[in-house]
Order: sequence, then structure tokens, then C-alpha cells
Amino acid sequence: MCISVLQLFYSFFKSLVGKDVVVELKNDLSICGTLHSVDQYLNIKLTDISVTDPEKYPHMLSVKNCFIRGSVVRYVQLPADEVDTQLLQDAARKEALQQKQ
Amino acid sequence: SDCACTVLIGPLICVYCFDWTVDLTVCVQGTLKGFDQTINLILDESHERVFSSSQGVEQVVLGLYIVRGDNVAVIGEIDEDTDSSLDLGNIRAEPLNSIVH
Repeated sequence: MCISVLQLFYSFFKSLVGKDVVVELKNDLSICGTLHSVDQYLNIKLTDISVTDPEKYPHMLSVKNCFIRGSVVRYVQLPADEVDTQLLQDAARKEALQQKQ
Repeated sequence: SDCACTVLIGPLICVYCFDWTVDLTVCVQGTLKGFDQTINLILDESHERVFSSSQGVEQVVLGLYIVRGDNVAVIGEIDEDTDSSLDLGNIRAEPLNSIVH
């Protein structure tokens, strides 16, 4: 992914700091928590986490805050009412157009 | 603008790395001494927690480790109170799946 698109999503995630999200990793583990911070690599820090299936995944029982490397994220599930999808779509389109030039 | 890793230096953390050779995610605990942009880590006094579906959690002492950032999935900050109250001998779990890109 090129730099400016990453920048777009970096800005997007920055606007979601403080919201509750669920991060699904590429090894099928899903971690729910409050978005504390994000960086340019889309590494994510979550606070007050809980694993969505603690019976199956007791590995993180004593963890309250965690840092997730961006490269292992499959999905980030967002609260629908916190996202202006139209705005995001428009911004992404603008970005795509700028790249073509 | 590395966001979140800085706060993790010092306290006990557990790092979930993936082991390409065996199809699972390994959980290593230790004290984070340092890191860089690619999340290469210096982990002191580290030990591995081996989860099994048939027996309790086994701990293997490793010592001072450098972990290459490619292998890092999640870094969790361990709440020592919660951790010391865990009954490791009675925890059963399947090992975590490996990270598939």
C-alpha cells in the first residue's frame, strides 16, 4: 500500500481513539478493547482488553493493555455509528485520483 | 512517531511471537528493555509459557533474548496481581494458530 493511503487510514484511526473496537488477528484471535493509540504503521494499542473467547484463549488472562503489530491485523471491527462511511469513501476516492496523476 | 511501545519498557510483558516451524504462536514473557521501529525487541529474564490441551502450563526459562520484529504479533502488558493469582497448573488451551498472511 502506498504512503498516502496509509496516511489516510492513519488519520482515520486517529479519529477513532477512545472508541471501543475489536481487532481480529491473522491467527483468528479477536481482541476487544478501547483504542488508545495508533501509529504510522497502523500498529494499534488497546487498553482494557478482553479476548472475545476467553475459554478458548486463556493466554491473555493477565493482560489489560496490549500493543498489536499492524502486520498481524486481519480486521478492525468498528462501531457503525462512529464512522462516517460517506466521508471515508470520498476521502479514499480523492486519494486514488491523486495517485493516478 | 512510534506510539505505544514506549510505555511498555520496564514492566513485565508477554510477547506473542509466531514460530514458523511449528504451526503455532508462542508466548514469551519478560522485561522489555528496548525496541526499534520494526519492533525488534530486547527481552530480559524471559521465559516461555507453553499451553497444552492435555496438561497445565509449562514455563521454560530462556534468559536474554532479541526478538526480530517480523515475528512479533502482540505485546501484552501483564498485570502482575492477576498473573500471580492464575492457577497455571489447571489452565488447558490449544496453542494459538500461526499467523497466516
